[in-house]
Order: sequence, then C-alpha cells, then structure tokens
Amino acid sequence: MSNQNEPMTAGPAEEITLAARRRRGAFSAAMHEVLKAPPTAKFGLIMIFAYLFVAVFAPLLAPYGEAEVVGRQYAPWSDEFVLGTDQIGRDMLSRLIFAARNSVSIAFLTTLIAFLLGSMLGLLSAVVGGWIDQGLGRLVDVLMAIPSLIFTLVLLTIFGTDLITLILVIALFDATRVYRLSRAVAVNVVVMDFVEAARLQGEKLPWIMAREVLPNILPPLAAEFGLRFTFVFLTIAALSFLGLGIQPPTADWGSMVRENATLINYGDITPLLPAAAIALLTVSVNFVVDWFLHKTSGLRDV
Amino acid sequence: MSDATTQQTDKGAGSMLLEMRGIKIEGQSEDTWFPIIKGMDLTLRRGEVLGLIGESGAGKSTMGLAAMGFARDGCRITAGTIKFDGVDLLAMPESERRKLRGVRIAYVAQSAAASFNPAHRLIDQCIETAMFYGVASAAEARQSTIDLFRRLHLPDPENIGERYPHQVSGGQLQRVMTAMAMACSPDLIVFDEPTTALDVTTQIEVLASIKEVVRELHKAAIYITHDLAVVAQMADRIMVLRYGEVVEEAPTRQMLSDPRQPYTKSLWAVRSLRKDEDTSGDTVLAIRNVDAAYGGGVRVLHDINIKVPRGRTVAVVGESGSGKSTLARVITGLLPPENGTVEFNGQALPPALAQRPKELLRKVQMIYQMPDPALNPKRRIGDMLGRSVSYHMGLSGKDRSRRVSELLEMIELDDSYRERLPMELSGGQKQRVCIARALAVEPDLVICDEVTSALDQIVAEEILKLLLRLQKDLGVTYLYITHDIATVKAIADEIVVMHQGKVVESGPKSQILSPPHPPYTELLLSSVPEMDPDWLDNVLAERARGGAGATAVDGS
Repeated sequence: MSNQNEPMTAGPAEEITLAARRRRGAFSAAMHEVLKAPPTAKFGLIMIFAYLFVAVFAPLLAPYGEAEVVGRQYAPWSDEFVLGTDQIGRDMLSRLIFAARNSVSIAFLTTLIAFLLGSMLGLLSAVVGGWIDQGLGRLVDVLMAIPSLIFTLVLLTIFGTDLITLILVIALFDATRVYRLSRAVAVNVVVMDFVEAARLQGEKLPWIMAREVLPNILPPLAAEFGLRFTFVFLTIAALSFLGLGIQPPTADWGSMVRENATLINYGDITPLLPAAAIALLTVSVNFVVDWFLHKTSGLRDV
Repeated sequence: MSDATTQQTDKGAGSMLLEMRGIKIEGQSEDTWFPIIKGMDLTLRRGEVLGLIGESGAGKSTMGLAAMGFARDGCRITAGTIKFDGVDLLAMPESERRKLRGVRIAYVAQSAAASFNPAHRLIDQCIETAMFYGVASAAEARQSTIDLFRRLHLPDPENIGERYPHQVSGGQLQRVMTAMAMACSPDLIVFDEPTTALDVTTQIEVLASIKEVVRELHKAAIYITHDLAVVAQMADRIMVLRYGEVVEEAPTRQMLSDPRQPYTKSLWAVRSLRKDEDTSGDTVLAIRNVDAAYGGGVRVLHDINIKVPRGRTVAVVGESGSGKSTLARVITGLLPPENGTVEFNGQALPPALAQRPKELLRKVQMIYQMPDPALNPKRRIGDMLGRSVSYHMGLSGKDRSRRVSELLEMIELDDSYRERLPMELSGGQKQRVCIARALAVEPDLVICDEVTSALDQIVAEEILKLLLRLQKDLGVTYLYITHDIATVKAIADEIVVMHQGKVVESGPKSQILSPPHPPYTELLLSSVPEMDPDWLDNVLAERARGGAGATAVDGS
C-alpha cells in the first residue's frame, strides 16, 4: 500500500504489457503462469490432473469391477491381481481406482456445498451487519465450539449414514469455517467507498453482495477452497475408517485401510496404499494452494 | 551547474556532502524492468537544503531513497555513483551501508502514523537506532531526544516521549519522527513529503519546527514534496523532476521569480486558476438547524445552516475533524441527523437512505476523495458507467452503449477505456471516471469530497477545469468539501467555513476572503503556504506579535 502511487504512474510500459496480456486471452495467461510456477506447484498440478484422469476413466482403467469378488481372500500380489485381493476377494487395484472416483467426487461436492452456504452467509453478515451479523456469528460460534468429529458422529448416528446425510453434515461443519473467512475478508471490502457509492445509488443487497464485494474476495476464497477440500477429504476418510462414512460395497480409501488393516500384522504394505493415495492428494492440493496464495497475496520473491 | 548555484546561498560554504552522478534506477513490473530514474545528478553541500519537486511518479522518493544507497523492493540501481562524504555508497557492502543509515543519513517518511510501532513508547522508538549502533548510552540518547523535542516545540518535551503513538496528534507525531531521524545527529536528512498528510493549520507548525531545527543544527537535507509553496519555504535550492529526469535546477528565489522551462512555468501557473463569483439561483439544497452524532455518542455537527444555490459551487472549508465529511453523510442519508432537516428542491429529504425513493437517490450524487477505493477494482469502466445509466435512466443495449461513449467523451477519455479496469488508469483518469459516474444519472447536486487532494497539482487543475466546464454545460450544483484554500479560490461561488462541527462563517467568496475575518478564518487563511520564500518567516513573526501565534504553536 505504501507505494500505491507507483503502479498507476508506471506509464506506457505497463499499459502495453496489460493490453498484451488481455490479447493473449485468459487460457494462455494461465498457461504462462503455470510455466513460471515453482516445481512443487507443478508437481501438485500434475498429480491432481492424474487423480482426475483416474477418477473419470475408472471403468476403463480398472481390470475388474468395483464390488466384484474375483479371487480368494487376501491373495498376495501376483500377475493376476497386481496388488492382491481384499478381505472378501475383491481386486485391490480396481477398488483403489474406483475409490478415486467416489472419494474425490464426494469430497468435492461436500466442499462445494460448504462454500456456497458459508460464503453466502459470510457476505450477508458483512454487508448487512447488525443483528443478522450477530445472530449468524453466534450460531457459528456454537457450532465451532463442539468438537466437530464427535458431533458429526452423533449426527450420523441419529440421521443414519446414507450419502446425502454424510455430505450435508460435513458441509454444514465446514461452512462455519468458510463463513468466518468470507466474513472476515468481506468486511474489509465493505468499508470501501465503492460499496458506499453502490448503496447511495440505491443498489439492492444481492447486487452489492454478488457484483461489488464477491469479486474482490475471490482469491482468498479460492485458496481456502483447496485447503477445505483436503480437510473434507480427510474427514470422510476418517469417518469411513470408523465405519460411519461411505458404506460398503462402495470402494473408498478410508474404509479400505480399515478393512485390510490386519494385513499390516503380516508385514504386507497393501493397506497403506489407500492411505498413501490420500496423503499424496492432500500434499499435492496443498502445494497448489500455497502457490496460489503466494500469487494472490502479491508477495514478491526477494 | 550546481557548484555555481550553491554559492549564492549563505550556507553554501560547506564542503560537499553528497554527490550522486549519473544515477539510473529501474523498477520491475511483471517480468520487465522499466526506467524510473534516467541518469540524474544530485549534489548537496553541508548545511544546504535541497528541494525535490515533481508529480507523483516523477522519481522524487526513489531519488531520495537512493541518496541513502537504498532501492525499494522491486527497484534496482543500475548505474551511477553515490558519494557520501567522499565514500562511494554503492561500492561498500550492504552491512556497511546499513550502519550509515539512521546514524549519518536519516529518513523522515510521509505518514508518521504508519511508520511508528503502535505498541512501543515514542521515546523508546526514538533512541532505538542510537542504542542499536552503540552511538550513545540510553540516558544520553534519552536526554538528547528530549532536547530535540524541545527544539521542535513539542508540548511537555520531558514527558511526551512516554506516550504511545496514538496518544499524540498527527502534527506532533510528524515532529517526533523528525526527532527520531535526528537522534543520532545525522549529517543528512531526507524528508519525504513530511507534511502532505497534515492540515494546513498543523502543517505550518511542522514546517516551522523542521526549518528551525535544520537551520540551527546546520544539517544538510533533501526535502521532497509536490507542493511548490512548501518547498519555497524550506529549500535553498530547488530541483524540478519529471519522468525520472531533472527539468530545471536553480536557487529558490531565482526559480520562483524566473522559471525557465515550460514545464516549470506550467507548475507555477496552476495556482492561478480563478472563477468569477456568481451566487444567483434558487435554493437547491437547504440545511436547517442540523445536529448529528455518531452512535449516540459525541456530537459532531452543531446547528448547521447552509443554503446552496442552484448551478453554483458552495465550498465547505475546514481542517480534518471539523465535520465537513459528516455533513456529506447527513446530506446523502448515510447518517440521519439527530435534529433539523435537509431540504432538497423545497421538500424535506427523508433522513435515512433506506427511506429515500430511487428518484431522489439519483438527484444527489457523490464524488470521493480517493478515486482508488471509490472504484471497484474488478469491474470494467464501461460496466460501471453502464450500470448507472441502465439502473437509473433505464437505458439498455445500443442506447446504453451510446450513452457510455458520450460520458467518456465528456470526461475526455478515449472510447477504448470502457474495456479497462481501474488499475489500468492513472489517478487523474480514475477521478474522471468517478465524475462521469456521478454525472451519468443527471443529478441536481453533486457532493465533491476533497476530490483533488489526492492528486498532483497539474492533474488536480485539469480535474477542476473539467468540473467547472461540466457545471457550465449541465448546470449542476456542487457542494465542494475541501481544506485547500487554493482550490476554493479556483472554483467556489460561496464559502462555508467550518470548525469543530460549527459553521464559523458563510457567504459569497469575495466577502469571506476579504478582511475582517473571525479568528479561525484568519488562522486558516494565514496558514496556507504562499509562493514567497519569506512567507513562513513573515507569518511566524506576525503571529508572534499577534494573538494567533499561541494557538499555532501548541498544536491541535
């Protein structure tokens, strides 16, 4: 902020680069950014695309069906079953591949709902203020005060463990964090003169929220989306491990770890593979988020 | 060139202290480096004050920092030599340079409030450098700082250092910062717009203190500012900068009386903009007996009565905290008044914004002080103007597009600007867009809240000319809030002087600006720097004789 008047007076040179960048289009501008990204971010991006590829083309890549019993229990690694079979004789590799589809898509959907809910309420709080802000704020305080994993377990026990309930419950808890963040960044934007100018023009609440404030808080929200996605992913994996998450026979990395955990006792690392899949995706997403945060916060490498 | 000129000043006899030759500095934007300083020479002798002036972006601050051998993040010194007291700063390692800064070369920044750590006492921050480099013991450093406080006319010099930054006023803080810079008794001090953020009545105290200390302690100083009248008071010699190059350099008196370059002459001419007074016209806005307070607490406005004639400009003048901006909030409905009414076109306005019909919202528009926060950085210029046009005037499609083109033409911008984002515009262009946005909906009244105070003089003059032209063309009424008397002279028909939430005086411009004045108006008018190098000394001498001096020295 201190050298605020520098960029605006940078003059013709900057105008040319800006105009040039617009001409190149959004896609090539993004490609340009990616090529300049640090190696960790590139690695993260490649891994995320690999997961997406596997998730989309799961039926083509997997040698066997998702819930198909194809061999004896706990078969060792072999040419027929590359990673062996699980406790009821399903192919481990196929289930790992299908689980990418289930776990990732459920986590994505949950994060999306959490963001829609959280950011909308956060914006509302920041723009309207007053009692709505207070009311929503205290409600979120109450929800955040309860250890979320335990509360999730309670809610899932009460409402049952079908997929919809699972998604909604986790989304609700994550929305509290998103609410906090979006409210915090939005209040800084709401005090700007252009929001007051919009109010003086008589603009209505939805316009102010969606057109004046939201575009200005998107970068931190987008970065948070990546982090939230990882946490949701881990929560679902944890719940599945506890038996309350994604229900059998649907393949899921969390439950795969639990079901095959006994193999560890015999020195077989197969049950660690789904755990590794989770870990790798988490790390990759975080690499990308770090890079994105660094870009949008405007820090310069010295 | 400089050798010849310095001898004309009485203090020019000192030896050469700073010698910068062929300085080139580049700044980074995205991946490319572009030049900020394009080969500049600067010399300074002991005991001499050099004024650097120019618009923002001229390279003044960059040059000032380079005098310390320092380049901001994203900048680099690519060529030239900087000799300080005979030693080449650029040749020595960074650790050596760092030892010089603060001890032998000091820097006073524009915003003292942003430069102090709010969690430490003032005196501890002042003696920090001296302690860090072991220049003096804690007790010695403390004592010499208190002496400096006294020299700078700070109230209660013994104890003021025990306060925290938020416990002193802006003008006092700026003087404390000067004391901090002088704590190690440096040979050279770089002042980077030290009074720009202050009111005129506060500015004069800070200027007087700085001038006195620099003169008495025989320091060399570089004084950076964009205000000609200020530099005329402070400097022995003036350098005019533009686009990273020296336009002209001469001793102060010669520069003021006989500027040679066209650019310098245009800078000098800015202050001569005048408007003929005309106070006819029916009343468009009448404020009657308005009191206002924030959050039920302190009352900010007391019994305000103002009448604004249609098609004219009423200037509301006062220092910060006088309630000028609060008045704007009452008129726009952001702050409903406790008592009194605001009448618009003969009818009382509903006090709160939410109760006002859309038609009324259209008729009162506002232009803000800072164009940056007033424009949404994520929306294109054309979208912003188009939204106002379609929301209030009901235009769409081709009509809307044509109107946006008209508006851009009206503010003298190319049609291609509709595709631009605010960050791709200069400060003056942004303010033009704000003006177009306000006028897009054909309002009766436009409230201008210090619209030129964030801009350079030349740009500000262009904006004022634009406002005047638009008033002539469209017959719009301005309520112009400002603390700058020069601006008032340029555009006002009537003047309202405010102080501490009350109207001190109001009437036609000629009447307010000619004596006799109430005491506050007198103080305000006499505090506005003039282009006369003796102005400051004269005013201070005048005040020392008269009664106004007492209020001027102990601060606000």
